[in-house]
Amino acid sequence: MVAVLAASAVATVPFVPAAAAQQQGKVLRVALTTGIDHLNPFTAQLSAATQVGRFNYEFLTLPSAEDTQPTGGVAESWKTSDDKLTWTFTIRQGMKWSDGKPVTAQDPAYTFQRMLDDENARTANGSYVSNFASVSAPDDKTLVIKTKAPQSSMTSLDVPIVPKHIWEPIKDLNAPSTDEMAVVGVGSGPYLLTEYKKNEFVKFKANKDYWRGAPKVDELQLLQFKDAEAAVNALKQGEVDVINRLTPTQFDALKSEKNITTNKAPGRRYNELIINFGVKNVVDQPIGDGNPILKDLRVRKAIAQAIDTESIVQKVMNGYGQPGTGVVPAIYKSYTWTPSDAEKTKFDIAAANATLDQAGYAKGPDGIRVAPGGAKLEFRLVGHSNRPFDQRTAQFVGGWLKDIGIGVKQELVSDDEVDDRTTAGNYDLAISGYGTSPDPDYALSLNTCAGRPNAQGNGGSSATFFCDPRYEELYKKQLTEFDPAKRAEIVKQAQAVLAGEYVDVVLDYDNVLEAYRSDKFASFTKQPQPDGAILEQSGYWGVYGATPADAAAAGSEDGGSNTGLWIGIGAVVLVVLVGGGVLLGRRGKSADDRE
Amino acid sequence: MTEALSSLDQPSALVDPDERRGGTGTTRFVLTKIGEALASLVLVVVLGFFLFRMLPGDPVRTMVRDRPTDAKMMAELREQMGVDKPLLVQFWDYITGLLTGDMGQSYILRQPVAGLIGERLWPTILLVGSATVLAILLGLWLGIRAAWRRDSTFDRAQTGIALTLWSVPQFWLGLILLVATNGLFPSRGMHSPDVEPGFFSEGLDVLHHLVLPCLTLLVVFYAQYMLVMRSSLIGEMNSDYLTTARAKGLRDELVRRKHAVPNALLPTVTLIFIQFGMVVSGAVSVEAVFSWPGLGQLLYTSLQGPDLPLLQGVFVVLAGAVVVMNLFAELLYRVLDPRVRTA
Repeated sequence: MVAVLAASAVATVPFVPAAAAQQQGKVLRVALTTGIDHLNPFTAQLSAATQVGRFNYEFLTLPSAEDTQPTGGVAESWKTSDDKLTWTFTIRQGMKWSDGKPVTAQDPAYTFQRMLDDENARTANGSYVSNFASVSAPDDKTLVIKTKAPQSSMTSLDVPIVPKHIWEPIKDLNAPSTDEMAVVGVGSGPYLLTEYKKNEFVKFKANKDYWRGAPKVDELQLLQFKDAEAAVNALKQGEVDVINRLTPTQFDALKSEKNITTNKAPGRRYNELIINFGVKNVVDQPIGDGNPILKDLRVRKAIAQAIDTESIVQKVMNGYGQPGTGVVPAIYKSYTWTPSDAEKTKFDIAAANATLDQAGYAKGPDGIRVAPGGAKLEFRLVGHSNRPFDQRTAQFVGGWLKDIGIGVKQELVSDDEVDDRTTAGNYDLAISGYGTSPDPDYALSLNTCAGRPNAQGNGGSSATFFCDPRYEELYKKQLTEFDPAKRAEIVKQAQAVLAGEYVDVVLDYDNVLEAYRSDKFASFTKQPQPDGAILEQSGYWGVYGATPADAAAAGSEDGGSNTGLWIGIGAVVLVVLVGGGVLLGRRGKSADDRE
Repeated sequence: MTEALSSLDQPSALVDPDERRGGTGTTRFVLTKIGEALASLVLVVVLGFFLFRMLPGDPVRTMVRDRPTDAKMMAELREQMGVDKPLLVQFWDYITGLLTGDMGQSYILRQPVAGLIGERLWPTILLVGSATVLAILLGLWLGIRAAWRRDSTFDRAQTGIALTLWSVPQFWLGLILLVATNGLFPSRGMHSPDVEPGFFSEGLDVLHHLVLPCLTLLVVFYAQYMLVMRSSLIGEMNSDYLTTARAKGLRDELVRRKHAVPNALLPTVTLIFIQFGMVVSGAVSVEAVFSWPGLGQLLYTSLQGPDLPLLQGVFVVLAGAVVVMNLFAELLYRVLDPRVRTA
């Protein structure tokens, strides 16, 4: 029975190429290495899924490709009232949903109102509307949003705008039907969803009526890969066209490949070493078991002086990063803090030693410094055991701190234990990091008093447990400052205050490492320009701007050239596989005959 | 469960006439084994809940990692996910849900766990099932040959190859095959996005995708069948009844096939059943390498969270499969081998 099945498989294999023949047209195939939870833009949370929403739906406004400054989407223009509490958006005329209905102010009004009314609609992007007081659409051209307090992120709300006429009749946003094409198949973005094979791929067709103009490729495919090495292999063999999230090793290996172009871009993540300065929860009760010696600013300063961020970039990141300064990564140029000479903490082991000497921490016979009370300067360093960055960084930090008479005990543990321990304050030093948004508010909010966990140890999103009145004031001020230049100045000041307290040392900003088939695609729109990322963007610019290489070359590349070969190999392999079974069955029969 | 019971009654009724101590012995044996299996299942369910709750980490923080959120949203998520309730209440909800087939809701994917497992079951059965069947055929065939020509070059070579392949890490072997076949077979998933619709073309597309992951599993799986078959046949080979058979003038090949192999098959049959329960979990790394949308990959996803309801759902299903298959193996062994009944 099995032998028959397997034999029929062998017999049918040669017909596969006809069925699986490469589609001719211009197809862009992107390797996804993260999962998709939902297509429903209200509930989709995983990063690949939010990307699907970005392609399928236009935003009210979005960060520009050039410099991530707000640019128009569904809204053509916008203005705010003098008290910065009322926002009036003028809706672009002539935009259409893919079912032909016009896009009006009713659509964004409905989208935001639904998020205010329906808990499920807040699942993915709820934080953007938590400060909204009201949303209305006095006419089809005008959207008015009133906020409870000034909110500077109003021009970069990362919320896909959905068609009211499709979504209004849907009562339960958690219903599985909200992931089906009948619902998510109506969009207004550059690419429209056409097919979704769960856990495998998503297909889009180019939106010919897209208001910015139709994309240059006809079809977009997102193919899911669980294994990064397998994805890299697929790029080499032409099964996919673009891939991101490469490791430095993979990136270096791809550099020398023919027909592949690599792209290194500034990333929106920062890595930091957080220092437990005697952390407290949101009601100012001390929590955790941090070493009290670290309450001494001079010790923290010495630690910061002993860390060579340049070496971290060169030796840990293989050069694929930039040394860190503040919590806004260098990709967001206008908000990045560049310390003055006076503010800068230079890598200087001698100076760090001098700082500790002056503070009265003398070296003991074993080279480890001792506090006046007799306690040794020995700290635990918590990090993620599965991250090469943490492993290498922990070694370097341990070495440098040893040079200034501080002992380090590495405690590399699981992601969740790192989360647990850093949330509960059970660490001395810890390697941490965050991804940030184009608007600096998020990066700054990670270090506000309110971000600390509550008395039950829940609810916090604080990176450092920082709580400083000067910082709080600057944080509030930047939120209500709408002059970009002035706001940038305040944002930088806030980062300087944070750095001056040495509660963390920003180690580096990781580069985004990507690669694409240059034989199939000539260029992509990068964000920011000219040296930004292709896929890791806030928006859809990369795939929207994908320009195929010479069409003839792209079409003939890998369609049927090696199909004959694989038919042969496939057949041989299957024959070998089932050989045992077939033979066993046949022999059995002949034995019966002979008996 | 009733279905399993009735199908079990059948063979035990058949062997009854041979049973010296009468029917009660068999019934008691069957009931005892089923009772043991049920007890194991209950333990699995309870352990599955409390064991994973001992993992460090706050599921809500895990979920919102790297995304802008505020305290209010996190509280809402906590409530939606039910993790704000006391542990015992959560346990009660879990048990009562499980009895009605509701395995809870995945934290990360926000879908019912039972549905997620259901849609992943078929791809795994296809992959692991075909690899196992082929591995059994290949393993038994090679094992019989190797044992019959014990200590020959063939035997030593086959045993060496089998032991080597058995110890090769599956994900590594998978990657090697991917690179070595140089794009002849798809490297990911079960379906190609470019396939023309139609039962025939789609079926062929799945077969095309199946080749590499199936081959990887087969290469690793077949070794144990070969080695067990080989050693149990070698055990039989010195038996008196084979000497008798040969003395009757039967040809060597006939002696092997009609007399030695059937007796030596017993340990292998048990192994096959026990392995059927275990193989699903054995597919984890292969499914990850080839992005095969099966249960193993779901387990891999659930561990990354960790997504507790999903993790315990997959755990219960996998452990349950082992328990049930073990039960079958024990019952079947009694049917196949009279010595177990009299012992």
